[in-house]
Amino acid sequence: MSSKQFKNPVANWVEKRLPVISPIHHTLFEHPFPRNLNFMWNFGSLAGLCLVIMIVTGIVLAMQYTPNTADAFGSVERIMRDVNSGWLLRYLHMNVASFFFIVVYIHMFRGLYYGSYKAPRELLWIIGVVILLLMMATGFLGYTLPWGQMSFWGATVITNLFSAIPGVGDAIVTWLWGGFSVDNPTLNRFFVLHFLLPFVILGVVILHILALHTSVSNNPLGIEIKGPQDTISFHPYFTIKDMLGVCVFLLLLCAFVFFMPNDMGHPDNYIPADPLVTPAHIVPEWYFLPFYAVLRSIPDKLMGVIAMFAAIGVLFILPWLDRSPVRSARFRPMFRVMFWAFLVICYILGTVGAQAPDNVYVFVVPYLFSFEVSSWMTVLTVGQITTALYFLFFLSLPILPLFEKTKPLPASISEAVLSKSEK
Amino acid sequence: MSNTGSGHDETKRDFLMVATAAVGAVGAGLTVWPFINSLNPSADVLALASIEVDLSTIEEGQSITVTWRGKPVFIRRQTAAEIADAEGVDVATLPDPQAYGDRVTKPGWLVMVGICTHLGCVPGGQKVTDNKGDFGGWYCPCHGSHYDTAGRIRKGPAPKNLEVPEYNFLSDNLIKIG
Amino acid sequence: MSKMNKTFKLVTAAFAAMVVSTSAAFAAGDLVKAPKQDWSFNGPFGVFDRASQQRGFQIFQEVCASCHSLEYIAFRNLTDIGFSADEAKAVAAEYQVPSEPNDEGEIVDRAAKPSDFWPSPYANAKEAAATNNGKAPPDLSLMAKARVGGADYIYGLLTGYEDHEGTPENLHYNKYFPGYYIAMAAPLSDGAVDYVDGTPNTVEQMAKDVSHFLMWAAEPKLEDRKSLGVRVMLFLLVLTFITFLAYRRVSKKVKGH
Repeated sequence: MSSKQFKNPVANWVEKRLPVISPIHHTLFEHPFPRNLNFMWNFGSLAGLCLVIMIVTGIVLAMQYTPNTADAFGSVERIMRDVNSGWLLRYLHMNVASFFFIVVYIHMFRGLYYGSYKAPRELLWIIGVVILLLMMATGFLGYTLPWGQMSFWGATVITNLFSAIPGVGDAIVTWLWGGFSVDNPTLNRFFVLHFLLPFVILGVVILHILALHTSVSNNPLGIEIKGPQDTISFHPYFTIKDMLGVCVFLLLLCAFVFFMPNDMGHPDNYIPADPLVTPAHIVPEWYFLPFYAVLRSIPDKLMGVIAMFAAIGVLFILPWLDRSPVRSARFRPMFRVMFWAFLVICYILGTVGAQAPDNVYVFVVPYLFSFEVSSWMTVLTVGQITTALYFLFFLSLPILPLFEKTKPLPASISEAVLSKSEK
Repeated sequence: MSNTGSGHDETKRDFLMVATAAVGAVGAGLTVWPFINSLNPSADVLALASIEVDLSTIEEGQSITVTWRGKPVFIRRQTAAEIADAEGVDVATLPDPQAYGDRVTKPGWLVMVGICTHLGCVPGGQKVTDNKGDFGGWYCPCHGSHYDTAGRIRKGPAPKNLEVPEYNFLSDNLIKIG
Repeated sequence: MSKMNKTFKLVTAAFAAMVVSTSAAFAAGDLVKAPKQDWSFNGPFGVFDRASQQRGFQIFQEVCASCHSLEYIAFRNLTDIGFSADEAKAVAAEYQVPSEPNDEGEIVDRAAKPSDFWPSPYANAKEAAATNNGKAPPDLSLMAKARVGGADYIYGLLTGYEDHEGTPENLHYNKYFPGYYIAMAAPLSDGAVDYVDGTPNTVEQMAKDVSHFLMWAAEPKLEDRKSLGVRVMLFLLVLTFITFLAYRRVSKKVKGH
């Protein structure tokens, strides 16, 4: 490693004393990347970009924010009105939070579709699920900080989930609050944890990348790399492809930040927190909605909480649930249908989570349309059906290979790529 | 950059790559500004950057201290003796030469930032009971700087006279500082 | 080609069907949504209308301010809506705010300065509630962002009062208010305020102006945001375009490898 020679004498000088140049050089020019990676592989780098934007905007916002129940709401308004470019930093932080989840969810669905969680990438996938959990915790903590009505009641409802634990539940909730309700001690510790967790995420992301480099990227065909003809270097092929992804991402992000910054938020969070008045209809941030729907679908408090955590926890054992030797859904006709059905189920669960349980269910696609499916279907019924289907998807994976006839796999990546470009 | 292709194509690709990198770098550079600028004083801080002080209650020979931008400002209505004292000094002999007339807008009214130009302590001399130093003005207890009746440094480690802030008389008895 | 056409027609038809069912779903819903208004601040190039903002400010001062606070607006902010610094100072001087403790330790009222924030009409929330049938009038600084529909909702609410049988005592029927019965009596009536610029002082006009003013109060950086946004989008379009060219060139090489 240290004997490596570079054209640039400065690089050589540094490398001799501190071997940091060669790993970067290795990643950019020598590490084998499958040549057939499609645009679905852009979302990893985009998630990294989101994390960086969140940390940088978060640090400057923290310099202006006051974690005290008396001043928190006002300090956010001061950022929006008086701090130079404060509105921009805050709207970036708000909207990138949402985009971060969109990007990570797409990243995960891509992993699901192409079987990226299968051997030898089980740990890579599990570390990814850990990142998702940390992101959820960070997102929830951060949503509390502006101390609006949704902040306060969101914090109250989510912390109360722990009261479902038999015996010690109430003691745990009191401990979480540092008092007998969500109050100043709660806000203070939430602020500290919200500041800390992104750096923990950063650490786990490094493990995620290490695991990725060890097991090498999966690819749309889901077959192993057979030799150098199957691979290309990261630079310039994926540097420019990632950059293009970043451009499109930034266009979408800026459309929200500059022209509809509050669309993914809730108007109630512009009302200062009031511990005596609960808003008529409280909903969590959109990225929690599918899990919130699972929680509400189970009529029992403890079982609801367990089901909600199980909905995420099942992802940890996914690599062992799916027993098919074929990775990519391209060669798994039944799994492919189930994948798309699962995607729709998750979406429906999201819309269920956004609606009051006793209402008639309305299917919604934001900005496009919404309609009642049937006048006798309540939100609760739809939620229960889709919750059952959500778990059924995972439970049917182990037996699926018994029925599924997979398509023949190509001999190699290069063969598949060349036959396609000849057509 | 690894070279694998043939010459002509390679130049064009390099041009596009360099252009992309350059425009991207400009964008990243411009993005840095809002982050840096957010740490500059905000609008609510700037709104308090100037204050108005009513002088009508100050008697001759009396001083008041007001807070301006988080710092003490000394306002003194001087006696005739103090003015004469301040004007009678040979300016050329001072460590920081400045005529009395250049330190006041309206003779008899001295307005200065009450921070010693040595290392930032607040000199005494505002109260009747304070040690006013060897020259009858202000005395900084931290390192022994003596200021005269016009707030000029006369003895001690301070290099400059007490700073006169930007101010103007809105009317006979009202000044605006900053 | 014909296949694409067919697909396109199918998608359009499906979409149209969904739009129709959408409007049906909305009609079936019990709360009437306040209709969208044609605001000058709408759209990516939107800006505030200074004259309307100033008229709205007059309504706020003469009508709303007797019960509602405007906590996050300082007098200096009036320069944003076209007042000069001196005019803002003069407006401030009409209001009294508590001073810092004086040398005797007393807190006395003093004339407000441009740096002061709008004083509340009540000493505290309890007093506000006690004077208004137990329901404190909400602060208006963020009203245009804190309600679904924003400025459209405020306009709808101010013009949505109707006579309705069975309205409980001390409450008022309003077709755009969630729950319909609102504690605030219709605050505007034709001719309630005399506009200096001669604009007709109808309820609709006044509601429009004060909604415009409140949108600014809630989002004072709206103009900065949109104008910066347009520039950023243009820059990003250029960057995306050249990145796309570079990408196309690079990817051509890898496919033909």
